[in-house]
Amino acid sequence: MELLQSIADSFNYWIYIILMMIGLYALVAKNNLVKKLIGMSIFQTAIILFYVSIGYKDGATIPILYEHQAHHGHHDAGHGDAEDAHHDVEHAVEEAAKEIHAVAEDHADGHDAHADDHDTLVDSHDAHTSSAIHAEDFANPLVHVLMLTAIVVGVATLGVGLAITQKLYGEFGSIEESEIIEQIRTGK
Amino acid sequence: MKILGIITVIITGFLLLQAERDFPDWGDAASPASDNRLSQHYITETINETRVSNMVTAVLADYRGYDTMFETVVIFTAGIAIIGILRVYGPSTKLEHPEPTLDTEKPDLIIETTCRLLIPIIQLFALYVIAHGHYSPGGGFQGGVIFGAAFILLALARDLQTAQKWVPENRVLNLAAIGIFIYAGHGVLSLIFGENFLDYSILTKVLPGDAIDARYHSMLGVEIGVAFTVTAIMFSIYSNLASNGKMEEGI
Repeated sequence: MELLQSIADSFNYWIYIILMMIGLYALVAKNNLVKKLIGMSIFQTAIILFYVSIGYKDGATIPILYEHQAHHGHHDAGHGDAEDAHHDVEHAVEEAAKEIHAVAEDHADGHDAHADDHDTLVDSHDAHTSSAIHAEDFANPLVHVLMLTAIVVGVATLGVGLAITQKLYGEFGSIEESEIIEQIRTGK
Repeated sequence: MKILGIITVIITGFLLLQAERDFPDWGDAASPASDNRLSQHYITETINETRVSNMVTAVLADYRGYDTMFETVVIFTAGIAIIGILRVYGPSTKLEHPEPTLDTEKPDLIIETTCRLLIPIIQLFALYVIAHGHYSPGGGFQGGVIFGAAFILLALARDLQTAQKWVPENRVLNLAAIGIFIYAGHGVLSLIFGENFLDYSILTKVLPGDAIDARYHSMLGVEIGVAFTVTAIMFSIYSNLASNGKMEEGI
């Protein structure tokens, strides 16, 4: 029971290790060259699964910003380069500004004429701060980039492997490793 | 050999499962991979530094530009390697194909019509995926593969000769080289203007907008370069493998 629980807790690692071992077995033990290539593909898929599962965060979404966050960032960037460098300072200033507005709203409660005006101001401010980007809301983009390139390398290696297999079949009339070795040994 | 393989696999698998205990929990936001400064910087600062909503595209084409450029070179090299291994010039009588049993004189009406309908849509979708990589999942690699698939569909549905009319071999290789040229050109251009290789922000001298806009636009440029190479090499790999390097008739 304890073992099952430990498997369930880290099922992503178990799946990746099992897949990887299937691929490794096919690479080592299979006699057919195409089956070896299939094993190599399974091995690569296991690595991709491993990386992507590490990039997952609970409750996080794909690493693409929502529309309002993107506009928020756009707005920010328009202010100039110096602001980017002092982003943290800017956040602090924003917080302070929000507090001031809150105080201003309290004061406005007494004056009916200005209450609506201040309400809209506070509303816009709420929308502004809710569009702040938090790292825990988005899956890790770095692992996705690494795997995107790993898929590309996978395609390239698979293509070259298939080409070599096809050439070997043309030379030896077989894609069985043992038969090819036999033919080389007997010098045919 | 099989016994030896099983023993190796079991030992390796056991060792890996032992190491698994030290790995972070599933979905742990504080895992070493997600908690480091770099990964968090990519998430929070990408929009301010590049104006691209899709962080994966930004990291791929800008922050890790070297990686992606040489990834494209890997694709190119694989295509060249396959041509080097398989391509046979001139008439070769090795490996005779069995005579085709289907009637290849007249293309089938259904296949013909489906191709006519599907291929333009696939190509349009590929262009969309390439161009929209800044805002949605997509980019040069994905769009390039889809674009290449359109030509592969043509070659599968008709024959290789028909597809070769649109993408003859020399044009394919030129396209692949042009793709890398576009990508490396962005890098060399930044170098000429006095910045680091592939530091796009200096390209504001030739591109509209400020330095951030320059990074934004250059990313689209390099994605297009990647798409050229991937499209060309995908079709090249297919046509070489399918025709046994003779480029005469496909599967």
